[in-house]
Amino acid sequence: MNPASPPAAPSAPVAAAASRRRRFRLGVWPFVAIFALFVVVALAAPWIAPYDPNVQNLFGRLKPPGTTARNVFYLLGSDELGRDLFSRILYGARISIAAAVLSVVLSSIVGSLLGMAAGHFRGVVETIVMRTVDIFLSVPAILLAIITVAVLGPGFLNVVIVLGLTRWPRYARVAYGQTLAVAGQPYVRIARFMGAGPMRLLLVHILPNIVGPLTVVATLEFGLMVLFEAGLSFLGLGVQPPTASWGAMLSVGRNYVATAFWIATFPGLCLFLLILSVNLLGDPLRDRLDPKSR
Amino acid sequence: MVLFVLRRIGQALIAIFGVMTLVFFVQRLTGDPTFLLVPETATRADIEAVRRSLGLDRPLLVQYLAFLADVARGDFGLSYVQRIPVTQIIASRVPFTLELAGGALLVSVGLGLPFGAAMALGRGRASTKLLTGFVFASQSMPTFWSGILFILVFAVWLGWLPPSGAGGWANLVLPSFALGLLSMATFARVMRTALLDELHKDYVRSARARGVALPRLFFRHLLRNAAIPLISVSAIEISQLLAGAVIVETVFAWPGLGALTVQSIVSRDFLVVQGIVLIGSFVTIGLNFAADILYSVVDPRIRLDGGAA
Repeated sequence: MNPASPPAAPSAPVAAAASRRRRFRLGVWPFVAIFALFVVVALAAPWIAPYDPNVQNLFGRLKPPGTTARNVFYLLGSDELGRDLFSRILYGARISIAAAVLSVVLSSIVGSLLGMAAGHFRGVVETIVMRTVDIFLSVPAILLAIITVAVLGPGFLNVVIVLGLTRWPRYARVAYGQTLAVAGQPYVRIARFMGAGPMRLLLVHILPNIVGPLTVVATLEFGLMVLFEAGLSFLGLGVQPPTASWGAMLSVGRNYVATAFWIATFPGLCLFLLILSVNLLGDPLRDRLDPKSR
Repeated sequence: MVLFVLRRIGQALIAIFGVMTLVFFVQRLTGDPTFLLVPETATRADIEAVRRSLGLDRPLLVQYLAFLADVARGDFGLSYVQRIPVTQIIASRVPFTLELAGGALLVSVGLGLPFGAAMALGRGRASTKLLTGFVFASQSMPTFWSGILFILVFAVWLGWLPPSGAGGWANLVLPSFALGLLSMATFARVMRTALLDELHKDYVRSARARGVALPRLFFRHLLRNAAIPLISVSAIEISQLLAGAVIVETVFAWPGLGALTVQSIVSRDFLVVQGIVLIGSFVTIGLNFAADILYSVVDPRIRLDGGAA
């Protein structure tokens, strides 16, 4: 494992790399707007959704976008139980974003604390934590999530717990490397001489100085968590019906692809746009804070 | 070199041992794994019988050692649903997943490398920008959505290809693209970065000054050096393809390991799920090991560092 190296000293190659990166970036601002829109929609779903996302209308099953049945106007069409797809997509944003936020918070706390402890205490703690990290990283993430959900059972809370507890090694690795880099700094040594205990050292002196790279990991993980929640729900292992989740809606839509293409198309489009916007926001951040991962 | 390989083998073995331990303890997250192994309709007497027959009433440490010994012998247990060895069930599905992963790898490498090269060499052109946008979009495309879109467009609307199931070559096309596009984006980006890094080096400038023709420069010099990051990415990407197959196989009703995983979870055939996770992890560890060795053959500096990583 490589302790993350400090940012390279500025030089001509760095300038060249910067210009290269600038070229790669496609105007980021529209994607900031898209991401913000999703967050607003998730927060305000109960007030913007025209209908209850779970109310069935058996006379309005599989209606194409823009049709009206029994006084219900289906802007984006209806699903196999006559529920309004538009309202379900709005509510689905809540599940996607909430699952991603909660699992990122959980995994970043667990991972950062363990990684910092490993970098600070060294010795046995370091060996145990970092070997465990290696082991977690050698199991394909989706398989680890699947077997854990298979044990714990499906459901929103279990998905968050599973994602939180299987994704911490990424943070631990970064926190470990950064802590090692910071530990030798004069201010940390002085704080220790002045009698700061390990908790105070880690949380007050070290954490604020390594929070940047950890934020980058969190940004990259956020998109992945959105994808994982949707993937688990698509497989029937995530959020359970009738709760609206984009992944579960796609799974229904797959069965009606020949007769009602809208059921899968619109939730998928939202999922794609949300992940794309997060990835595009994360990339410049990563370039700036972690020169190695270009 | 021998020392380096031995050390890597040691690390791989530790990782394998760790994965087995991890899977064993995940299985016991809810306390008693017996409930994972019996159908929901099982009576108390059934549960007790299963617990005793599988030795789950023994002390945890004994169970753990027995589990390690079984897996080491290649014994993954008996499927509770089908009553045949888990290894037999898994083996019958492996060819399908390999076929799919192979097709996807062909798509990802076959498109990714030329795309990456075009992005590096043709900077500034409008076509390059379009390509960059496409690569970026593919990276954020959930496979289960692209898969459904492919079915919609190429099977339902155009009727060119079969929508699902396994059979001839035509059945392989859509799932391979759905699975391969994500890795395609990674290969393209790594290829692009690697080429750009090389293009700025002195040897390229002097080679060009000596009048080395562009194709020769590209294939003899640039590509060889750019291959180093590509090798390590390949190992990660192949294991990603195998893991991604879980979802893509479900979309296309492709009868491989991924579909088996989902079916086994639904039918509560826990030992099959466990077997797939173990084998998937062993393959991942093996691929990383192979990449490390290959890596050190291509770039001897890594060996000299003593493999401190």
